[in-house]
Amino acid sequence: MTARQSPPLRPLTERLRPDNTPLSLAEYERHGGFQGLRAALKMGPQDVTGMVKTAGLRGRGGAGFPTGVKWGLVPMGPEAPKQKYVVANGDEMEPGTFKDRLLLEGDPLQFIEGMIIAGYAIGASIGYVFLRAEYTLAAQRLLAAMAECEARQLLGRNILGTGFDFTLYLHTSAGRYICGEETALLNSLEGKRAVPRSKPPFPATAGLFGKPTVVNNIETLCNVPHIVHYGADWYRDLSAKTTGNADGGTKLYGVSGKVKHPGCWELPMGTPARAIVEQHAGGMREGLQLRGFLPGGASTDFLTAAQLDVPMDYDSIAKAGSRMGTGLLIVLDDKTPLLGMLRNLEKFFAIESCGWCTPCRDGLPWTERILADFEAGRARAGDIELLRQQTRLLGPGRTFCAHAPGAMEPLQSALKHFPQDFEAALRGTEGD
Amino acid sequence: MLTPDELREIEHELSHYAQPQAATIEALKIVQKHRGWVSDEAVADIATALNSTPATVDAVASFYNLIYRKPVGRHVIHVCDSVSCWIMGQTRLSELLKARLGIDYGQTTPDGRFTLLPICCLGTCDRAPAMLIGSDTHRDLESVDAARLDALLERYP
Amino acid sequence: MARIYIDGHAFEVDPSRNLLEVVLELGQDLPYFCWHPALGSVGACRQCAVTQFRDEQDTRGKVVMACMTPCTDGSRFSLQHDDAVEMREAVVELLMTNHPHDCPVCEEGGSCHLQDMTVMTGHNYRRYRYNKRTHRNQDLGPFVSHEMNRCIACYRCVRFYREYADGTDLNVFGAHNHVYFGRASDGTLESPFSGNLVEVCPTGVFTDKPYGESYTRKWDLQQAPSVCHHCAVGCNIFPGERYGRIKRVENRYHGALNGYFLCDRGRYGYQHANAEARPRTAMLRERPGAEPQRVATDAALESMVTWLQTRTLGIGSPRASLEANQALRALIGAERCHRGVAVQDAALDDLMLQILRQGPAQIASITDIEQADAVLILGEDVSATGARVELALRQSVRQHALGLADASKVPRWQTHSVQLLGQDARSPLFVATPAATRLDGIASKTYRGAPQDIARLGQEIVHLLDYTQPRAPGLDDDTIHLAHTIAEALKSARRPLIVSGAGCASAAVLQEAGNIVTALAHAGAAPSIVLLPAECNSLGTAMLGGADLDAALTQIESGEIDTLIVVENDLYRRVPAARLDAALARLQHLVVIDALATPTTQRADLLLPAGSFAETDGTLVNYEGRAQRYFQVFQPGAYVGSGGDVRESWRWLQQAALQAQGDIGTTLDDLTRACAHGDPALAAIVDAAPNAGFRITGQRIPRQSQRYSGRTAMNAAHDIHEPRPPQDADTPLAFSMEGARVDLPSAEIPIFWYPRWNSGHAVNKFQQEIGGPLRGGDPGERLIVPGAGGSYFERPPWRPPQGLQAVWLHELFGSEELSARGPAIAERTPAAYVAVSAQTAATMAAREGDAVQVTVGDVQWPAALRIETSLPDGILGIPRGLPGVPVVLTDAAVSIQRSAS
Ligand SMILES: Cc1cc2nc3c(=O)[nH]c(=O)nc-3n(C[C@H](O)[C@H](O)[C@H](O)COP(=O)(O)O)c2cc1C
Ligand code: SF4
Ligand code: FES
Repeated sequence: MTARQSPPLRPLTERLRPDNTPLSLAEYERHGGFQGLRAALKMGPQDVTGMVKTAGLRGRGGAGFPTGVKWGLVPMGPEAPKQKYVVANGDEMEPGTFKDRLLLEGDPLQFIEGMIIAGYAIGASIGYVFLRAEYTLAAQRLLAAMAECEARQLLGRNILGTGFDFTLYLHTSAGRYICGEETALLNSLEGKRAVPRSKPPFPATAGLFGKPTVVNNIETLCNVPHIVHYGADWYRDLSAKTTGNADGGTKLYGVSGKVKHPGCWELPMGTPARAIVEQHAGGMREGLQLRGFLPGGASTDFLTAAQLDVPMDYDSIAKAGSRMGTGLLIVLDDKTPLLGMLRNLEKFFAIESCGWCTPCRDGLPWTERILADFEAGRARAGDIELLRQQTRLLGPGRTFCAHAPGAMEPLQSALKHFPQDFEAALRGTEGD
Repeated sequence: MLTPDELREIEHELSHYAQPQAATIEALKIVQKHRGWVSDEAVADIATALNSTPATVDAVASFYNLIYRKPVGRHVIHVCDSVSCWIMGQTRLSELLKARLGIDYGQTTPDGRFTLLPICCLGTCDRAPAMLIGSDTHRDLESVDAARLDALLERYP
Repeated sequence: MARIYIDGHAFEVDPSRNLLEVVLELGQDLPYFCWHPALGSVGACRQCAVTQFRDEQDTRGKVVMACMTPCTDGSRFSLQHDDAVEMREAVVELLMTNHPHDCPVCEEGGSCHLQDMTVMTGHNYRRYRYNKRTHRNQDLGPFVSHEMNRCIACYRCVRFYREYADGTDLNVFGAHNHVYFGRASDGTLESPFSGNLVEVCPTGVFTDKPYGESYTRKWDLQQAPSVCHHCAVGCNIFPGERYGRIKRVENRYHGALNGYFLCDRGRYGYQHANAEARPRTAMLRERPGAEPQRVATDAALESMVTWLQTRTLGIGSPRASLEANQALRALIGAERCHRGVAVQDAALDDLMLQILRQGPAQIASITDIEQADAVLILGEDVSATGARVELALRQSVRQHALGLADASKVPRWQTHSVQLLGQDARSPLFVATPAATRLDGIASKTYRGAPQDIARLGQEIVHLLDYTQPRAPGLDDDTIHLAHTIAEALKSARRPLIVSGAGCASAAVLQEAGNIVTALAHAGAAPSIVLLPAECNSLGTAMLGGADLDAALTQIESGEIDTLIVVENDLYRRVPAARLDAALARLQHLVVIDALATPTTQRADLLLPAGSFAETDGTLVNYEGRAQRYFQVFQPGAYVGSGGDVRESWRWLQQAALQAQGDIGTTLDDLTRACAHGDPALAAIVDAAPNAGFRITGQRIPRQSQRYSGRTAMNAAHDIHEPRPPQDADTPLAFSMEGARVDLPSAEIPIFWYPRWNSGHAVNKFQQEIGGPLRGGDPGERLIVPGAGGSYFERPPWRPPQGLQAVWLHELFGSEELSARGPAIAERTPAAYVAVSAQTAATMAAREGDAVQVTVGDVQWPAALRIETSLPDGILGIPRGLPGVPVVLTDAAVSIQRSAS
């Protein structure tokens, strides 16, 4: 085994091959694979959790909740329920997001290792990977990797002879973005309609089948082996030392839209958006100007060209008026109609509403239709105010889960940053 | 009646869960894999196999967009219509597809070969616009023309 | 108690309740949809928005859902804050985007929670300018109509149907704004509680089908508080009348009994009262063998009075009120009155009364049943004989989940979280019955056996609870093991409950039910009990006492009797026909007073048409020993052409007494009082409701709504003068629109209606607390207090049975006499059948559905064979009371043969 000399700078993607074919188990181990797990199994479960906490790892699924803190909420000790679960959220259906796919297709073993460590840390003997249906290649590669691990006693009973049991199952979804919401995901995993659950109780105490459960994003889990292997301090030091960045590690950032080289790159947490768009994505295509961008997927607020220097970490983006979300940017250029883009976004959210709560179920289709009227030049006086009202009424706390509030983020920020587009559309109507 | 193969595959999935009804989605997908779609009768059979009821199974089947409760063509084409693909020219792609196939979204070609459906983000936004044919993802279709599209479709008899 | 602030005012409230409940309890209005007092909170509709403030300084606050918000001490809310007001209006606006606005043709119109809430939020003008979505409707069977376009997706229907009533054939399909509530395909709703959808649905998606077929607006109905006559539970109901017909029955909230829900037998069983073929005129048979002819009422009474001079016997009825039975006793003397049930049934009634009175168990109300944490059902198929009990037992098994919720500090009203914590784990429920019951699905264990076997299981449980008691003879190991499990569960429960009844017609089973509660009390537990008698007033007539029907027949058979007066009783449902035919043939005169046309009325020499439950007042005693008054909804004949000679049976008797210069009183109150004076145990029945003299500020209580219309017109086709409204000397209610409407005694509220609350949800304005008792206490007077407990019943020696044994089975739809006569229930009633196990069927080479000839004793009849795999071998299950199934003596010899085809 050729243990590397210096710890990696791009731990999550370092092993990815240019053609993205995955490593065999032997190759993986040769590149430092399962060192994290071996280290973890020598520690007490709570120490693993403590380490993840200290590392400052925050959830990469969108909400940015500190992972170690989440694990710490799971009841431990002899009084705790026997059965607990870890669930990996591989639903990745947020438009503009394509990072978990990359990780699962390119390095499924890294993810599996993270999953086992998470199971160990919370005392779960069963894990499920909830994978969106369309990721068939990821599913194949994951199953193959799981089989290899099982054959080598890295999954299943008595892992590496330590007495720790951990069985991993793959569940492939049947569609629906809302399955990504963690409690809806649990319902879906139970074979039910993916309607979110009310909290409390939180999944950490009553999740899958009512048992303590941790749900983590794929990227989140991929960080874990490295944290355990190289230590919390190493991890904290990985991030960009921009002002105000309290977060550690790296992040998979990406760009889609009319840039020269769309793609996904692992960069230090807190890399400024400008660096991502201009250096890594090669800047806008010829003749196009960047007008704005959604920093972390469809459910985040627009930032404008003037805000390109914002460091892409949780707190800085929040301060700028948006959210990190998934960290994959969608770029709006000056030739693409904003209103059409908004209509497209709201149509997505309207169709993907689970149908449980009123504002989302009935408010989003209305919103979409008004936007379609704006797009088609049929908007009427008062429609801008109507849209503003929807952004209030479908906002946080008003709906049952975060789906509709997420849907309102691009709209409310567009109304704020680009009111002229709406007004111009209205004038067009009046002119008729 | 579920076939022995279907039943065996469902049995296998059952062993993954603490409750039989948790395998509902798997069971639906297994039946769909074998038959292309899920009929009322299959819903009832799945319900029996999982000790559930048709209303319970269908509530699930009808919730998820990738369970087809109506017959579909041999190949289902899913065109991503989410935002990144839209920016990159998905509208053009789907218009072209509709024209080449002579059908609209939700329809199946008269020869039963293709069904055309929209789908949300396929997670390949850096190579937009994209679509799925069956389980194959086709990317970078921004400048696809009728000839290239026809050639692509040729691969799905 | 917690102190909370609402719009600046401080209130002391119960912190275990949610803000919505508390706000309603405080008498304020706050709109809601998905919340339901019995179903709890799920936060789906987002209608009950209020603003919550962090502290006194916070003026911005944040919008929260009242139904999902606990009343923590010191919390501050505003209902009037702009954000909350805007949100509530907006939610209705959204709900209405797809609603068809078809109120003028909707059965819900005017009694619609959606209308009320829409008005309450102030939403008026439609801004949504796009097409609405539309749906296809389903045929859901004879009880419930479906109009999905009106749906606002509050999810209450599926929550009631699936989560509360454990139904499986209704669900929500689809997603986003294409959610659809219905069945997987067209077909009859299977749940016996499906009719509640009509009230659970806040708009007109699920409506009452028979009501819709001959529809009248809510405000044009005349209503009175009534009590369901279709089993011994005694659920409270509101029948509504127009043009001399009952149009529908709605739930009348009772905090301890039916709560918010009825069973479908109770809701749809009323149609017998509208039957064309009902006796409407007095009919006299001039001489034996002649056809009965219509006779003037005076002449009818004259004949009756003449016949009373002869040797007379009276037979009362457990489906008639105490007052009707009392009138008969007063007219001909209690000693000459028989109570109208066969000897073995009378013995069961007496035994139940004895256990309730002397035994140590509390009698469980329906609410108590819901709170039981371990239940044993001994012999009784409550799903068929008292379905409301089934629904309550379905809640009892959730005690386990509620306990987990308490431990996790999850509020009990947070329904889905409680379910999540509870998963499939349930509090123990054991079902020991001859055949499978609907409750088996939620039972921890079931036991199948003949009544004697069930009694032996009971005896073993008694032994395990109290070793001074002998073991049961001849049990196998499995049964002994089961007895252990049951005894343990009952002993370690905090609120153990034993359920039994007259259903399997076994004194031995009842005695063991009594023995078990005695043993539990000895063991230091606090048991409660439910014993279900067969009929709505079985317990009342048992309390009145009197000899049984067999004793009466014996007297008739020996030629001692000339005249028999039968009140509201079809004797052919009680004793084998051959014996009855012979006995009746020996009479000179048979007088029958009844509201139904029955084989008994066919034999009558004088038939006097009685009022149905809706045309009479009276008192019934339910299984709890609760005396409840039901009130006349309408006066027969008030609508010209509808009445004939129909009057209360007690009034016929009273008028006969008058004609004979006797006086048994003139009003209902006189009879109630006489009945109460006759027996200290019945003394409290006078308090079941205020008497006829009761007034509120000098006014009566109107049966008609403030908006009752067409009063002057409805008889105009016959007479252009408006007739004087009928007068009511028997109750404080009036057949009128005028009168007192506030602060009514709970037993006399004819409708729940309140300004701004036009639907049944107005009940919250009449409750002391949401889901609790009505203001001033729930209707009825409990007559029975449990005894100190005491001795065990002795067991006769056990002999293993020989040959095929007949055992009664029961059908929810069909076994009960009155309800079975309505077309809606008839559609759900199975054809006459007998049931045997597969093994027993095999021994006679018979298959499911084969035509068979059944012989029990001297009685032979044809039936279709049903193979009931749950039945033990050697048992012939006979559905009691089902049309086409004769009366037999179950201890007679049984045989069964395949019919020659
Ligand atoms: C509508 C909605 C969709 C979501 N979709 C995803 C998803 O596809 N993948 C994901 O990891 N998290 C998704 N989330 C976030 C999850 O609810 C949850 O926060 C996350 O899986 C937790 O993992 P983390 O802490 O590792 O980020 C979604 C949330 C919402 C409200
Ligand atoms: S906001 Fe409401 S309707 Fe929308 S997805 Fe969440 S729970 Fe479902
Ligand atoms: S009643 Fe509170 S959210 Fe529906």
